[in-house]
Amino acid sequence: MPVAPLSDGRRAWARRTPAGTLAAWLGWLALVALTVFCWRVMTQDTIWSFVRDAPAQAADIGARMFPPRWSYFPVLLKPLWDTLNIATLGTLAAIVLSVPVAFLAARNTTPSAALVRPAALFVIVASRSINAIIWALLLVAILGPGVLAGICAIALRSIGFIGKLLYEAIEEIDATQVEAVRATGASGPQVLTYAIVPQIMPAFAGISVFRWDINIRESTVLGLVGAGGLGLNLESSLNTLAWPQVTLILIVILATVVASEWISAKVRARFG
Amino acid sequence: MSAAPARRWRPPPLIASPWLRYGLALGAAVYLALALGSVEVNWARLSEGWARGLRFLSGFAAPDFSRRWDDIAQGMVESLTMTVTATVAGIAISVPIGIGAARNLVPLPVYLVCRAIVALSRALHEIVVAILLVALVGFGPFAGFLTLAFATIGFLAKLLAEDIEDADAAPIEAVRATGAPWLSLVAFGVLPQVAPRLLGLSLYRLDINFRESAVVGIVGAGGIGATLNTAIDRYEFDSAAAVLILIIAIVMASEYVSGLVRARVK
Repeated sequence: MPVAPLSDGRRAWARRTPAGTLAAWLGWLALVALTVFCWRVMTQDTIWSFVRDAPAQAADIGARMFPPRWSYFPVLLKPLWDTLNIATLGTLAAIVLSVPVAFLAARNTTPSAALVRPAALFVIVASRSINAIIWALLLVAILGPGVLAGICAIALRSIGFIGKLLYEAIEEIDATQVEAVRATGASGPQVLTYAIVPQIMPAFAGISVFRWDINIRESTVLGLVGAGGLGLNLESSLNTLAWPQVTLILIVILATVVASEWISAKVRARFG
Repeated sequence: MSAAPARRWRPPPLIASPWLRYGLALGAAVYLALALGSVEVNWARLSEGWARGLRFLSGFAAPDFSRRWDDIAQGMVESLTMTVTATVAGIAISVPIGIGAARNLVPLPVYLVCRAIVALSRALHEIVVAILLVALVGFGPFAGFLTLAFATIGFLAKLLAEDIEDADAAPIEAVRATGAPWLSLVAFGVLPQVAPRLLGLSLYRLDINFRESAVVGIVGAGGIGATLNTAIDRYEFDSAAAVLILIIAIVMASEYVSGLVRARVK
C-alpha cells in the first residue's frame, strides 16, 4: 500500500506511489496536449463569425419549423412502409448471411482456425467498419437509387454486427453438452442441431431483434443518399427549405424509433 | 407382448404457446409477401449496375491512393482530429450528465433533466444532427465536432448511468458513513467502481466516432466522408476503395489497441 509522508513526520495513506502519481499526471498531460493540438488543426479553417451567428440562426430555423405541417402526413405513409421494409428485409438477409460467417469465425466450430477463421473475422470487421450510409452511397452508385439499394446496405452493415455478437455467443457455450451429445454417437450436423443451436438460440433472437431496432433508426436516414424511405422526403424537404415538413418527418422518425425500441426491449427481456 | 408405440423425443420449441408460434409464422409469411411485393426492382438498371459493381470490386484489388492523395490526406486529418476532440469533449460532458442520470445519486428533478438530454441525443440520428448543425455553424469539421460530441453524450452518459446504478452500494454507504460530502462520495465511492468500464466505453466510443466521422462528411460536416462522397459521385471506384481500405485499417488498428488497453486495466 503506497504511503505519503506528511510535513510533521507522520505517514498517510495515498492512492498511488510517487512514480504512479507522476505517470498519471504525464498521461493526463499527454491527453490534453493531443486534444489541444487536434483542436488547433481542426479549427484552422473554421469561420468563427458563422459560429457566433449560430444562436440567431437556430432561433430563425426554430421559428420556421413550427407548427409542423400535419397535412403532409398522408404523403409519408408509403415512405414509412418502405423504411420498415428496408430495415426488416435487410435484417433478414443479414441473418441468413451472418449465421455461416459466425460459425466459421467461432473458435470452437470453425473448420480451420488458421485459414478460415481470419477470413471470417475480416468479413466481420470490414462490414462493421463501414457505416450503412456509406454502403448505401456505394450501392446507389452500383444498383441505382431505390429501396433495393437500401436493403442491401442494411444487410451488408448488419452482417458484421450479428456475426460478431453471434460468434462470441457460440464461443461461450457450455462444452459439456456438446460432449454429451457427441458421446451418443451423433454426427456433425446432429451435434450442431441438438447441442449448439439450442444453447445460442435465445442470444440469437435477442441479437437479431436488437439489430432490427438499430436498422429502423438507420433506414430512416438512408434516403438522404437516395436509398429509399423517409430520408428521401427529408432530403427533398430540406432542399426546398420546407421546415414545417422537416419537423413532421422528424416527429414520424422519432415515433418509429421509439416504437421499434419498445418492441425490441420487450422481446429481449423475454429471451434474456 | 406388444410394446407401447414408440414416441420420438423432440426438442422444446423456442416459443411455448402453439397459437403464438403459428400465428407469428403466419403473420411473418403475410408480411414477407406484402413487403417483397412492394419492392420495386429496375432490372434494366441492375444489369447496367453489374459492370459497375465489378469495377468497384476490381478497385479494391487495385486501390488508387495517389490521384486524390491531397483530398484523402486532408479528409483523414479532419476526421482524426474531429474524432479526438469530439470524444474528449463528449466524455467531459457525459460524465456529469451520466452521474446526474443515475437514480441512486441525485434527486428526481436532476435525474429527469439528465435522462431527457440522453433521450434526445439518442433519438436523433447523427446525420440529421449534422444537417442541422451545418445549417447553423457552416460547412467544415467544426459542425462534425459538435455532431459527434452530441452523439457521444447519448451513448456514454446512458451506459455510465446504468453502470453507476448497478454499482455496489456497500462502498458508497461506507464513504457516506464517514460524513463525506456528495462530491467526495462520487469521487471515492462511485468513480473507482466504474472507472475501468468508463475507460473501455470511452475507447469504444473513440472507435465509433471515427466511423461516424466518415458519415457526417457526406452532408458537409468535414472529414473523410466528403472525399469518399466525391469519389463515388464521379464513379472513381479505385479512389473510393482506397478511402474504404484506410477506414477499415484504422478501425482494425484502434480495435486492437483498445483491446490491449482494456486487457491491462481489467
